[in-house]
Amino acid sequence: MWTVLLILIPLITGLAAFFIPGKAAKSWALGSSLVTLAAACFSISGSLHGTSGADVSWISQIGSRFTVSLDGMGLVLCLLNGVVFPVVFIANWKKDYQRPSSFYGLMLLAQAGMMGVFTAMDALLFYAFWELALIPVYFLCSFWGGDRRIRVTFKFFVYTFLGSLLMLAGIIYLYFQTPGAPSFSYAAFVLAGRALPAAVQGGLFWLFFVAFAVKMPVFPFHTWQPDTYEQSPTPVTIILSAVMVKMGVFGLIRWVIPVFPEGVSHWSNVAMILSVTGIIYASVLAIRQGDLKRLVAYSSIAHVGLMSAAIFSRNPIGLEGVIFQMFSHGITITGMWLIVGIFERKIRTRRITDLGGVARSAPAMAIAFMIICLGHIALPLTNGFVGEFLMFTGLYQFSPWAMVPAGLAVILVAVYILNMLQRVLFGIPGEHTRGMADLGAGEYIALGILVALIIGFGVYPQPLLDLAHGTTSSLVAYF
Amino acid sequence: MVHFVWLVPLLPLLGFLITGIWRNRLSKTAIALTGCGTVLGSFVASCILFFQALSPGFRSTPVHLFDFISAGPLRIPFDFQVDQLTLVFLLIITGVGFLIHLYSASYMWSDAGYGRYFSYLNLFVFSMLLLVLGANYVILFMGWEGVGLCSYLLIGFWYDRDDFNKAAKKAFIMNRIGDLGFLIGLFLMISRFSSVSFGEVFSRAPSLGPHSGVMVAITLLLLVGAVGKSAQIPLYTWLPDAMAGPTPVSALIHAATMVTAGIYMIARSHVLYSLAPATLTVVAVIGLATAILAASIALKQNDIKKILAYSTVSQLGYMFLGLGVGVFGASVFHVMTHAFFKALLFLGAGSVIHALGGEQDIRKMGGLRRKLPVTYWTFLVACLAISGIPPFSGFFSKDAILGAAYQEQPLLYFIGLAGALMTAFYMFRLFFLTFHGEFRGSEESAQHLHESPPAMTIPLILLAVLSLIGGWVGIPAFLGGRDLLGNFLAPVFSNGPAASLPAAAGNTDLILMVVAAVLSIAVIFWTRGLYRRYRQGGTPGRGLVRLLEHKWYVDELYDFLFTRPLGRLSDWLESRVESPVIDGAVNGMGRMVQWGSRQVRLVQSGQVGLYIFGMVAGAIILFLIGFFLIK
Repeated sequence: MWTVLLILIPLITGLAAFFIPGKAAKSWALGSSLVTLAAACFSISGSLHGTSGADVSWISQIGSRFTVSLDGMGLVLCLLNGVVFPVVFIANWKKDYQRPSSFYGLMLLAQAGMMGVFTAMDALLFYAFWELALIPVYFLCSFWGGDRRIRVTFKFFVYTFLGSLLMLAGIIYLYFQTPGAPSFSYAAFVLAGRALPAAVQGGLFWLFFVAFAVKMPVFPFHTWQPDTYEQSPTPVTIILSAVMVKMGVFGLIRWVIPVFPEGVSHWSNVAMILSVTGIIYASVLAIRQGDLKRLVAYSSIAHVGLMSAAIFSRNPIGLEGVIFQMFSHGITITGMWLIVGIFERKIRTRRITDLGGVARSAPAMAIAFMIICLGHIALPLTNGFVGEFLMFTGLYQFSPWAMVPAGLAVILVAVYILNMLQRVLFGIPGEHTRGMADLGAGEYIALGILVALIIGFGVYPQPLLDLAHGTTSSLVAYF
Repeated sequence: MVHFVWLVPLLPLLGFLITGIWRNRLSKTAIALTGCGTVLGSFVASCILFFQALSPGFRSTPVHLFDFISAGPLRIPFDFQVDQLTLVFLLIITGVGFLIHLYSASYMWSDAGYGRYFSYLNLFVFSMLLLVLGANYVILFMGWEGVGLCSYLLIGFWYDRDDFNKAAKKAFIMNRIGDLGFLIGLFLMISRFSSVSFGEVFSRAPSLGPHSGVMVAITLLLLVGAVGKSAQIPLYTWLPDAMAGPTPVSALIHAATMVTAGIYMIARSHVLYSLAPATLTVVAVIGLATAILAASIALKQNDIKKILAYSTVSQLGYMFLGLGVGVFGASVFHVMTHAFFKALLFLGAGSVIHALGGEQDIRKMGGLRRKLPVTYWTFLVACLAISGIPPFSGFFSKDAILGAAYQEQPLLYFIGLAGALMTAFYMFRLFFLTFHGEFRGSEESAQHLHESPPAMTIPLILLAVLSLIGGWVGIPAFLGGRDLLGNFLAPVFSNGPAASLPAAAGNTDLILMVVAAVLSIAVIFWTRGLYRRYRQGGTPGRGLVRLLEHKWYVDELYDFLFTRPLGRLSDWLESRVESPVIDGAVNGMGRMVQWGSRQVRLVQSGQVGLYIFGMVAGAIILFLIGFFLIK
């Protein structure tokens, strides 16, 4: 039952938000997101006892049911989804968006869509939620974005929409292959997919893989991302990269690995090459980025590339690492974007050369930024290390020839992050950063929560790993 | 007590949190008391542990704190382990570390970042303690990266200065290169032994059989990490730049923490290394080459801290040599004596720099003997110790290594001896230029010359005493000693090759010792003649001297080979691949779709017949596909 609440709370409050005038919408959205977070926390016990799901008749004429349930991975992502939204709302408390009711309404609708994606156990339902999550984001980018927003959003839309269409084609095809009466249920899809000949599985693999790869993004399907991240308003960028990116990762683990095992094993080398190439490619590109948002965007592509590579290593250790990393990457990247957003709002620049000496003018912000960056470069005792260590372990079991090139990212991430820190935090405050105010109350709380999560799960990661274990143990059979 | 071992790292961690969080609220006295007090507390706890370990019934057992990672078949507990090797390091880290903290309390008094400084310092000690206490390679790696982070923060402590930040960044990235090797070694280890715990890995290692290529690979990869952390060829260039931080930090990095981590790790993994003789040879060669190269560079440097930095690199090379020839205990012995005299040298240099108001160029010093008597005498002790003059501590530890090297291969000994003579030369060049002759600085700075306050000189005196007598715990049997340290460490290294030399080696070794000592003394007198009355500033050298002054141009080479090409590659990818090729393909496809949609629009003519034709044609195509392809 908790699972339904996780979807319904943001869905209903999101629709209601459109009718709440002016600034009250902001408080409404924060209240809603806190309730959702509470529901996500309560659903932990329910999911452990297997009592959190729901199965209601929906479009029974074509064999689709409203089936939702939470397994370990779904719960980890719902928790992430639950944490990120209130943190974003708190951090941007001082910022007033035009037409706040629509802005916050769309944000909550996107949250509802993502909750659905992470819990749906029916393919049609999954697809519906997938689109429900994406459509508000198109509007958010195109109404509240930067100067080049129309062109960039169009590209983002075409890119992801084409991906979605491919997936839809795959879903419809599989629907007709299900044993017995045609059905969209997950169990039927798993049975149907695995029964198909290897070549067909391979074709279907690509339909789904491209949809998810665009969303993550995996090289070379990534070029929408730096532009979109750059042009979107910061809260939307955060939602996109902290949570929505995980829809792609999640999709691969839930809807590809167990459904097309032979297709995966046939194409995993190609996917692996793309992923590893992407890691190095994006890391190298990040070195010379002059805009903070683009730097974070490329570094995110590199991090996601590692997740993708670890998935295709099809190894339980690596997979638990991926699930853990989905959460911790979401937390860390939220922190990165919040910091970028603070620069943007307070001193109206994101150019790295304009910054400098922040450690002097805004020390609390500098400390938070430093810790977030340490999480980002996966220093031990931060959450980033646990996920990365496990993913690399899994990748090594797959092949040292995949792990060693991917491992170059360990060095490159230090290069571009420390280069950036040197020019942003250190040195003498320049014209822009001289009188810069330190963190406000909202920013302080939001960054404080993130820093606590970064260190907390870095020191004691086991609770999340236990959740992840529930999912991977059932997947091992498909490797 | 062993069960309370977590107190040892916990105290500095608390110190880090207290001095860090309330760095602006607490008074400087409170910060200094917290910072020094927590490390002193750890030292006392370590001493208690040490005396317990002296009792005959002592056995090392892992202390389980909690489960850190448990994923799939992999279990990584958060365990500590206390054995004799750990204890020696605990005493060095907390003991020498405490003296450096005490010295810093006075040295940094006028710095605005006092609280920040002590919080970093405490974090440094915490990380290093984690490193030596961990009962598996992942906990070790936590401390390993932790000291890397702390060195980064402390080298760039004065973050206004861009070149200091650059040095800090260089240290971190060079260490990261090593860390990648270390990590790959761990993954290989996990894939073969399904564990990273010392006990399990060491007991499973022999199952690979003798001359195992896998074992050579694991040990070589771990070695890459050690080479980065302990500043060996080819990853040594960060350490000389690391002197950008406050001088006591250099003492901490070079003596008590950080660079000894690589030695510790290899000594800890001696079971693995003993199974891979090929790697041991590599270790010995790298160590010896580094010892010589760094000593040669130190001959021609003029910055007091830079000379000391290269001497550290060189001394670490000797420790690697010791590991490489299989005398792990002797290397640990040299770690200990080196901690004493190198901390003393850096703190003494700090005292000199303090007195001169920040001057570090030894050509502008001279005649400081009378003005800084305590610094002068303690510095002399340290110079004698590092030069291997009996009965100072460095004599015994260096000779234990060189003696073993001779047993292995006389050539190693002679090259090592050449390095030792260079050491005596550059140390006493530094010594005479700094303390003897006339003062060559400005009139103004001559007025301000003064001895440092007691909080700084007391650590100097204590370290001088340790530098003098610290070697006596390792006097070998053929000199009538009992080799207390070697016997203490024996349980750890017992399953490796013999920790102490066979008795028959006694006579040869005695001759080697005498030769080394006599030659070193001769070099010191020669240096005295050269530099006691040094006057004019130097002129840029030519030929070999020029090479040495420019540190063999290694930094320039790395810049040319790695740093700049990486930047160029990034630019090239951005301008030639990302936007024109990859994004171009996408946009091209977008344009094609637009073009296509314009064509397709013509089809939407409103004629129902055309639509029906389209539907039927589509259905037929789908049917054909289904019929022929899928069946």
